Amino acid sequence: MTTSATAAPATASSVTHTGSPAANTTPPTQTRLRVLPDSESPRERVLSDKRVSDVLALCGAGLAALALAAVIATQLVPVRGIPAFTVLTIVLFTMIYAAIISLTENGPAVRDRVVTVIVHTLAFTVLLTLVFVVVFTVARALPALPHLNFFTEDMALAGPLDPLDTGGIAHAIVGTLIQIGIALAITIPLGIATAVFLTEIPGPFARFVRTVVEAMTALPSIVAGLFIYATAIYTFGLDKSGLAAALAISIMMLPIMIRSSDVVLRLVPHTLKEASYGLGATQWSTVWKVTLPTSRSGLTTAIILATARGIGETSPVLLTSGFTAAMNLNPTSGPMVSLPLAIFQFVKSPEPTMIARGFGTAATLMLLVVGLFVIARLIGADNPAKKAARMERHRRFRSALITASRATLQTTRRTRPDAPQE
Amino acid sequence: MDDVISPRRLMTKRETADRVFRGGVRASGTVVLLIMSFVGIFLLLRAWEALQVSGFSFFTTQAWEPDSGNFGIAAVIVGTVLIALVAVSIALPLSLGTALYISDYAPIRLRKTLITLVDLMAAVPSVVFGLWGVFFLQEKIVPVAQWLSTVLGWIPLFRVDGVDPRDPLASATVYTSSTFIAGIVVAMMITPIMTSIMREVFMQAPLGEREGALALGSTRFGMIRSVVLPYGAGGIVGGTMLGLGRALGETIAVYMIISPVFVIQPHVLANGTNSVSALIALRYGEATQMGMSALMAAGLALFLLTLVVNFAASSIVARSRSGAST
Repeated sequence: MTTSATAAPATASSVTHTGSPAANTTPPTQTRLRVLPDSESPRERVLSDKRVSDVLALCGAGLAALALAAVIATQLVPVRGIPAFTVLTIVLFTMIYAAIISLTENGPAVRDRVVTVIVHTLAFTVLLTLVFVVVFTVARALPALPHLNFFTEDMALAGPLDPLDTGGIAHAIVGTLIQIGIALAITIPLGIATAVFLTEIPGPFARFVRTVVEAMTALPSIVAGLFIYATAIYTFGLDKSGLAAALAISIMMLPIMIRSSDVVLRLVPHTLKEASYGLGATQWSTVWKVTLPTSRSGLTTAIILATARGIGETSPVLLTSGFTAAMNLNPTSGPMVSLPLAIFQFVKSPEPTMIARGFGTAATLMLLVVGLFVIARLIGADNPAKKAARMERHRRFRSALITASRATLQTTRRTRPDAPQE
Repeated sequence: MDDVISPRRLMTKRETADRVFRGGVRASGTVVLLIMSFVGIFLLLRAWEALQVSGFSFFTTQAWEPDSGNFGIAAVIVGTVLIALVAVSIALPLSLGTALYISDYAPIRLRKTLITLVDLMAAVPSVVFGLWGVFFLQEKIVPVAQWLSTVLGWIPLFRVDGVDPRDPLASATVYTSSTFIAGIVVAMMITPIMTSIMREVFMQAPLGEREGALALGSTRFGMIRSVVLPYGAGGIVGGTMLGLGRALGETIAVYMIISPVFVIQPHVLANGTNSVSALIALRYGEATQMGMSALMAAGLALFLLTLVVNFAASSIVARSRSGAST
């Protein structure tokens, strides 16, 4: 309520014709983008909020900024590098654009345009940088990836000076799969059972567990590794091994999985559960036959997202498993390397081939994470909340249709569509 | 007394399957609780030995020589906080702009793709960002650092000792491996998660209020300032704190970039810094029992720091208007 109250005085004085639907209801005073050729037909309202002057102002400010930046960079002060030049151009562009707009518009409109420029700049900086990080990794990985042996051999017999057609990361791929497999075997049952506990048996104890789990999402991964190192390895004498790494990864994954499963389980519509209880089902059979199947896709998403997080953890594996160049299929003894740890070790070497191997491993790891993510998206696209929302829309649509058809009897047959739109 | 009619006692009599089920899930909840509290308790127990040796000087000593009893987290914790602050101060405007772009400026058709892209970026392993920082950013950022230290060198934070800003041939190595570079890499890492949280909150801003502001003649920015930002304030603060928590705990990307020093390094652009997690990754292998205990104490301090930040974040988000759903 407070926000809408403050909105009124702030904006009532700043009526402009930019970016607001209100502009379309009043007769426009500025130039239009499109002049209707047929003057006899009733004037059709232009729904676009773009005008010729806007486009011209943008282009003009862009050209002026480029030219001015070029003059400054070449004649006045030495500006080194493309990034600096880009930043200078954007700053100049914003200033010139604001100046142009202020010729015809009032204060709030100018501020609106400047903020639009800033928001676009920030967003494109972020998106381009993020895409660039991925592209950069893949580009640097290109020397290593075409060699098929990169995926089938380990590094036991390949030294740092060997060319890329000997040695590979099969041991790291296998290590990652074994470690994440063990971690999932621990976290899936424990995580989902705990999430069911949090939603099915609410109470002070469940609230306390939820608080602790939320706190544990803040656990730094290195501390999880240190914990396992100090307990399992240092105190209980477990070997530095894949199992220890899997335990450390489990501690990282468990809070994430519990939290997201908890959210998904809470989305299950109460009507479904109540229908089940109404039929005399026990709580157990309601959970097993109604709650879990309804939220299956959401739970799968939770599992896959936690997996993607766990698979990329480096520091717990560094502490608890250690590095090896050879294939190790036994998780209970001896070091077992994972993909992120292999990257970390490869790029420590000054040799270009080793660095290329590191980037190749990074590309493989990213491919794995992206693959998991895409699967999660495909499965998670259809969660119960969306399903319920769709059914609600469907129902409203049908009832609106019935009301409408009753009101306009004569046109019903002509306009009624067969299926509701999505 | 017996003839007083008391209400029928209501009680649920559960079947065996239900009792087993409830016992089972309650047990798993207890197990999770035990594991999670065991982490904290065990850290404290193991750290106790070191904390007793060092006493209060644990928080004031800069050196890290646990075997001679001369150790403390003053240098590493300052480094950790500085890296995280640099990261957050870069990531905050970036993620705020990106979140607003997705929620209010982007074409509707693009919106879903952008959301997926940002969420996907949040899942990219940190070691990949570390690679980017070491092999790309490190050399490209040196001119920027040089320029910053020349222009803003009068602020102590940006001063770099041992260089003459007027000397164009000065060595660039004084600017590498700095808090600034580590901060940028961590910023790129936490930007997606911060964007994701802010975007979610911004998109929940009530449509009626948005349209009300527009109908009163507000510009798009006027609408954002008077409706979206006040509504999403909790999300902005909460998302930032969450990013801060993640930045504090980041290990491997920081470890790859910095060159560790054990003095308080307040100059963010200068070579050499340190962080708690990098310290642990650096020293765990050669640690004696005392060294291990000291590392545990450092880890505990880091954990408590992230815990406080996280709790502050969740309480701010929960108290805000948009908080109930996030």
